[in-house]
Amino acid sequence: MTEKKWSRNVALVGTGMSKFGAFSDKTSRDLFVEAFCDLKNYVDKGFDPKRIEALYLGNFSSDQFEKQAHLAPILASWIGISPVPTMRIEDACASGGVALRQAALAIASGEYDVVLVGGVEKMTDLHIAQVTEALGTAADSQFEIPAGFTFPGFYAAMATAYMAKYDAPKEAFYHVSIKNHKNGALNDNAQYQLTIRQIMESKKERAAIKGRPVPEWEDEMEFLSDPKGNPNIAWPMALFDCSPVSDGAAVALLVAEDLAQEFTDKPLYLIGSGQASDGALPDRETLASIPAAKLAGAQAYRMAGINPEDIDLAEVHDCFTIAEIMASEDLGFFPHGEGWKAAMQGKTARNGDRPINTSGGLKAKGHPVGASGVGQVVEIWKQLHGIAGERQIEGEPRIGLTHNVGGSGQTCVVNIFERRD
Amino acid sequence: MEVPRHWRLKKQRYALVGEVCPHCEAKIFPPRDVCPECGGEAKTAYAFSGKGEVYSFTRMGNAPAGFEEQAPYTVALIKLQEGPIVTAQLTDLGNQEVQIGMPVEMVTRKLRSDDGEKGILVYGYKFRPAMAA
Ligand SMILES: [Zn+2]
Repeated sequence: MTEKKWSRNVALVGTGMSKFGAFSDKTSRDLFVEAFCDLKNYVDKGFDPKRIEALYLGNFSSDQFEKQAHLAPILASWIGISPVPTMRIEDACASGGVALRQAALAIASGEYDVVLVGGVEKMTDLHIAQVTEALGTAADSQFEIPAGFTFPGFYAAMATAYMAKYDAPKEAFYHVSIKNHKNGALNDNAQYQLTIRQIMESKKERAAIKGRPVPEWEDEMEFLSDPKGNPNIAWPMALFDCSPVSDGAAVALLVAEDLAQEFTDKPLYLIGSGQASDGALPDRETLASIPAAKLAGAQAYRMAGINPEDIDLAEVHDCFTIAEIMASEDLGFFPHGEGWKAAMQGKTARNGDRPINTSGGLKAKGHPVGASGVGQVVEIWKQLHGIAGERQIEGEPRIGLTHNVGGSGQTCVVNIFERRD
Repeated sequence: MEVPRHWRLKKQRYALVGEVCPHCEAKIFPPRDVCPECGGEAKTAYAFSGKGEVYSFTRMGNAPAGFEEQAPYTVALIKLQEGPIVTAQLTDLGNQEVQIGMPVEMVTRKLRSDDGEKGILVYGYKFRPAMAA
């Protein structure tokens, strides 16, 4: 049953992104401009940037990463849309997805007709220990961080709880990582365009060249099971369970539904949106699921009047491999406790019956935290328009979902897009 | 951590002092003066027994700044006997394998060692395997 409270509907008329990766020569401004220029390639009837009435920017912490706060007006001036109102939305790694939802609500309210959504993060200027400390501020810095927890640690504690509750093996996580790297290998914008097997082979080659003993890994599973190939970060999460530190930007252009055809013949419609919050890990009712994701998903399905079975593909927040498995359950694609089996059976692969993270996900595409939620929408745009190249899924997908999590689940936002033709 | 913030949190850090709700009797940690269960005002101090069990855990291979000397170490979520869950490091484990449900008890230990520039060492609660009764 549809439950529509929005006073008018919102359409997506184009998306753009910079390449994700580690770019010592680029600031968040450069990345944002790159994404904005890319947007112009996808709004097929073209658009005058002067039509943009506001900028909603997802950015976690340019103040910590680049010593630059108050980023939104700077980026607006950099792309020539001043003096429109701008705002930076901070909900940790969910900043981008929340910015998109807030922009849509502003259009639905009637205040604006055309709004630019951006997401950006420039993380690699800092040393890794400083990045860890900066990300730690998205957790409870009074009670969790002083105990010696880190973000890999939080998700590891969730993985420990999940494995114990559902008798899941660590190998299930390897399947997520292998799949997402396979998808990322087909994405020109991805930070890692190598499969795990290619990474394994190159490590063997390097050992041979340097005259060191060549590891005897037969396949990806052996490589990932060996701490020499895949060192422990926070057991049971190892290196290849973790998304990287990244730079990148992504943008999306949202307009009031009745204006969509002025921009493109093939808009996508934002048919469902939901968002929820939660306390830090100790305040949760469970560790084997993210309750805010279940709530956000349920809201979005209710608004869209659809069920999880209707989703043709999803980009979910795989900051760690366990997070993708929990997401596949929280969003109702598989029953609780079955997500790990589905991952092992290939159900979430591009040719499976529930493709997840065809872009490579945060794991392989990269995780510039404030940009990630908008980057997910870029992949949904490409897949629903049949322009995802070698990684295009079959069957003319019609409905795509994005699931964007902040912190260890303190924020979750879910958006659902539909192609109508 | 800045010195003033450390002192502000001192009571909770050393002794697991939280609150009890006068309306629904929920035990609250960390203390916040509002009951998360019923929403009522809750300012009555309550000292937890420090006994509980491991709710979940992880073995940290990659330690953040200030914790390098202790790595690898185990951090856990501890479900206190009185209900709330707290995050803390496990200590005095010896060769004991950690499991969910393992009974533990609170001890006061040095938490981190990198605050030399601020002139303080931060002490606080950790948990060790419960001694046989
Ligand atoms: Zn109460």
